[in-house]
Amino acid sequence: MTNGLLLRRKAVNAVMLTITGLCAFLAAGVLVYILGYLFVHGAASLNWNFFTKLPTPVGETGGGMANAIVGSAKLVMIASCVGIPIGFLAGVYLAEFGGGTFSFLVRYVTDLLNGVPSIVIGIFAYTVIVLPQKHFSALAGGLALGVMMIPIAVRSTEEFLRAVPVSLREGAVALGATKAKSILTVVIPAAKNGIITGIMLNLARVSGETAPLLFTSFSNRYWSEGLSQPTAALPVMIFTYAIAPYEDWHQQAWSAGFVLLTLVLAVNVIARLILARRKHVAR
Amino acid sequence: MMPAPTKQPSSEIKTAAPAAANAPEGEGKPTMESDAKLCATNLNFFYGSFQALHGISMQIYTNKVTAFIGPSGCGKSTFLRTLNRMYESVRGSRVEGTILLDGQSIFDVEVSGLRRRVGMVFQRSNPFPKSIFENVAYGLRINGMYEDRAGLRDSVERSLRRAALWDEVKDKLNQSAYGLSGGQQQRLCIARALAVDPEVLLLDEPCSALDPIATAKIEDLIFQLKSSCTIVIVTHNMQQAARVADNTGFFLLGRLIEFDSTTVIFKTPACKETEDYVTGRFG
Repeated sequence: MTNGLLLRRKAVNAVMLTITGLCAFLAAGVLVYILGYLFVHGAASLNWNFFTKLPTPVGETGGGMANAIVGSAKLVMIASCVGIPIGFLAGVYLAEFGGGTFSFLVRYVTDLLNGVPSIVIGIFAYTVIVLPQKHFSALAGGLALGVMMIPIAVRSTEEFLRAVPVSLREGAVALGATKAKSILTVVIPAAKNGIITGIMLNLARVSGETAPLLFTSFSNRYWSEGLSQPTAALPVMIFTYAIAPYEDWHQQAWSAGFVLLTLVLAVNVIARLILARRKHVAR
Repeated sequence: MMPAPTKQPSSEIKTAAPAAANAPEGEGKPTMESDAKLCATNLNFFYGSFQALHGISMQIYTNKVTAFIGPSGCGKSTFLRTLNRMYESVRGSRVEGTILLDGQSIFDVEVSGLRRRVGMVFQRSNPFPKSIFENVAYGLRINGMYEDRAGLRDSVERSLRRAALWDEVKDKLNQSAYGLSGGQQQRLCIARALAVDPEVLLLDEPCSALDPIATAKIEDLIFQLKSSCTIVIVTHNMQQAARVADNTGFFLLGRLIEFDSTTVIFKTPACKETEDYVTGRFG
């Protein structure tokens, strides 16, 4: 090899390494920047009142978003009741019993559903629940979020079940287990951590959704009782407060953003820890 | 009863005539009929349109070790998998002919009951992602084969002892089975299969992923087990067949070429193909 060629290769290598490294740094940097920015702006005005007090009327300072925190929790709960059972069981069907045209269609449709813009799902919930009932409700918001959870729950359950090796299934049926029993006692337990992780990440994702809530659970400046009243939720509060013309509202929007992101990050980290533990045990 | 091997012993066994027993030198063997645990007659097996087994007829004797040898793809594992109907999970597989277990067709009985009576150990050890104790207890649990907690513990201990694993694991029964070495895992799988007290134990190349020391342990185990269990072993390793088996069947291209006592197969085989294979001229 000539000396010139070698130098050229070294130069190309240096340039490409710099570019790819820079992009990797940017990708991680965006998250760090957002986190830092939210921390600086949000943590400053974050205090105990934020977690315990209701929003104050316009013009009064202070107050918090306790109702929005509870509201978000309520919405995510309703969403879980809708999205997790349907998604999980459909995933079990696809992984263990599917294989024909029907399964192909189900997979195709769930993939399509995953691509539907969240605001369209909001309109769907508005049409089937809010319009007949003639009022906004936590139930409608929860249902919209639940529908959003279904496709990811289906596909993540299916994938983690499929990842369970055939040898484990054979081992179970060779001992006299029926197919149903082998799925319940070996396959699902083997995929359990993965499935739980998928569900947690799914929850973290929908808990930050704003658009489907705008005309379903709407918002509320007071405590919302039961499921049939409109309720506040953190993402909608951020939206409302951020576009309001008051400086202290902007501060509270930052705080809400910081709290929401912290919760989502915490869920993510826990989920990944669970998954890491799984790899440690299983092959 | 025939006093000495003839030159066509395999064809006589294939026809399953009542008096076609073939006594190995020195030891008298009862007639096949009274002593046959499993009896396959004219068995054809298909994967879709591909015929993997052609007219296999063979008797597997009670409390004997029967080995299947032959080059890769000769159908020996496929035949093994028909004996407990493990092939049924393969789409498009189909069987013709009869297999009798103690005189009763295995195709007439309930499959999970059959597999409890005819246990199986696989090529690669496949412990469940559970504790050592729960692995062995699995078959007992799903088949409801225990009275109480103490009875379950006793059965688990007995099975681990039979698999010559008890002393190595008695202090860590609640640890994950994945912490064991490859050879220990395979013996755990044997213990798991033994726990439900099978009458027949099918071993599908149980040592192919093990080192010589672990292999020797499994072979010793096979020797001890045959007093209480009928054993069928598929092996790539001809020395292994010669060491552990009472009878050996040689498979080639989906046909049973020759089936006789191990001594005959390795010393004075009737067929040219058998001789070529056991002397290492091909395969």
